[in-house]
Amino acid sequence: MRKLFITVFLFIWSISAQSIHTSLGEFPGPNAVVKQFSSLYDEHVTEREKADAFYLRLEKRNAAKLEKDPNYVAKTRAYTGKETFLDQIITSLFTVTCGFLVAAIIAIPLGIWMGLSQRLNSALNPIIQIFKPVSPLAWLPLVTMIVSALYVSDDPMVSKSFLTSMITVSLCSLWPMVINTSIGVSSIDSDLINVSKVLRLPALTHIQKIVLPASIPMIFTGMRLSFGVAWMVLIAAEMLAQNPGLGKFVWDEFQNGSSESLARIMAAVVVIGFIGFLLDRVMLQLQRRVSWDKSSVNV
Amino acid sequence: MNLTTEQNSNLNNTQNAFLDISHIDMVFPTPTGGFTALKEVDLQIDKGEFISLIGHSGCGKSTVLNIVAGLYQATKGGILLKNKEVNEPGPERAVVFQNHSLLPWLTSYQNVELAVKQVFNKTMNKGEMKEWIEYNLKLVHMDHAMHKRPDEISGGMKQRVGIARALAMQPEVLLMDEPFGALDALTRAHMQDSLMEIQNELNNTVIMITHDVDESVLLSDRIVMMTNGPEATIGEILDVKLERPRSRLSLAKDLEYNRLRSEVLTFLYEKQRKVENINSKAPIPKEPSKQLVNEK
Repeated sequence: MRKLFITVFLFIWSISAQSIHTSLGEFPGPNAVVKQFSSLYDEHVTEREKADAFYLRLEKRNAAKLEKDPNYVAKTRAYTGKETFLDQIITSLFTVTCGFLVAAIIAIPLGIWMGLSQRLNSALNPIIQIFKPVSPLAWLPLVTMIVSALYVSDDPMVSKSFLTSMITVSLCSLWPMVINTSIGVSSIDSDLINVSKVLRLPALTHIQKIVLPASIPMIFTGMRLSFGVAWMVLIAAEMLAQNPGLGKFVWDEFQNGSSESLARIMAAVVVIGFIGFLLDRVMLQLQRRVSWDKSSVNV
Repeated sequence: MNLTTEQNSNLNNTQNAFLDISHIDMVFPTPTGGFTALKEVDLQIDKGEFISLIGHSGCGKSTVLNIVAGLYQATKGGILLKNKEVNEPGPERAVVFQNHSLLPWLTSYQNVELAVKQVFNKTMNKGEMKEWIEYNLKLVHMDHAMHKRPDEISGGMKQRVGIARALAMQPEVLLMDEPFGALDALTRAHMQDSLMEIQNELNNTVIMITHDVDESVLLSDRIVMMTNGPEATIGEILDVKLERPRSRLSLAKDLEYNRLRSEVLTFLYEKQRKVENINSKAPIPKEPSKQLVNEK
């Protein structure tokens, strides 16, 4: 059944693609996209060969100079060729993971605190409800300006475009985690809370032994939602911030406007979809591993 | 409640009960004003006594228990345990909750361990703790399923572990909130026998809430019968002077047992008959405040 539907989908795609004519030529069908995958991979291989050749030349030249003059300090330069599609996938994955982790480090403790304190919850709730639906594209200009103003360094550890994309991702993926964690914590069975009270567990032990395990299923639901949001936001953020990831790839191809651009963008779309799916699976596996409540872990 | 311990002990010089539930009122705030759940509940309990609280649902039995546990604060009056005022929960007043309330992510052993580690972290070393945990699980006949988690054992077994956890705290008073209410009749009988056996060995001071007339007569030294709320209070107290150890089979034909049983029944179904109109289609409108005192 599944195979049938996929076949039908591919068929409809290729039929309808033929009838759409854009200024960049025909809309790419499945065949054109598959062709682009192999050419993207070939480009990657060629680029790597170029890089290897560059470093080999560099090494030879340094060795030759050292032979003439023993006091010569060898110069090394990084290869500055363009990123390949595979490099861009890696950059995107790295950026989204960093952004997500930063969000999690803020969101989970905040969510726990909000879940424990009804007062804090009602104080922060309006702010969260207002920030939650804000599009990443609205945050991005602000984040860009703030990063430019505050992140000034001669020898930057990471590029500004990376930082801008990452912070935008964090800002948008924060909220589902905060909300789910606080709901998970505030809805713990009151009997379990009473057990903790009768035992007079100190606050930290209470959080560690009762609150955290009890709300792990909800925390993970929030984390999965957040990771999904983070991945979506990342592509948009990279487009505008020019962080060399998949978003920049799509944007560059769009600006490039060759006859192959649409097929390459479509290939990127498929890859983005697959990676999003895989990330969700990874989170699910993680949840299965740490959660005591196996029934909460459904697909 | 606002009296200091010293003043209280002066006042109580004459009685000096082990556990003194002293003139308790409980008023719950509601949108339409205060709802008086309990009025003038006064009861003195001796060390080693087994007390049953019996009454219709919603009469505030659980509220009394929660006040003794320190989970609620009485509006008026207070609790004295060994002449010390009780105003917060603590392991010396261990609670066995109605629905076991074991931590579902821990095994039976770990559930008891959490309590033992907290209560005896200064007085026991690791080996002693292990021994003590195992001793308590053996006491409730759960040593065979020590390393199983709550979702892997039956309802009766969960309740046994809950009791083991409470016993392991070596409480001054053991509070039980309908401990066998959620169990089927056979398991319940089995659990009652177990509890009598444990009680025979440890001679704890126990307050148990129950709905079950036979259970109250079989287990208790005194049965405290409560009137219906609002403003519920103690209606009658019945002394159960049956010899221990008791056996349900031989008691079934015992005259005294049957007299006590019928006394409780008379109290519940004649004097404190709850008017519930089963035939009418529309449910009787409940006071909104009643939610607060309803037992779970």
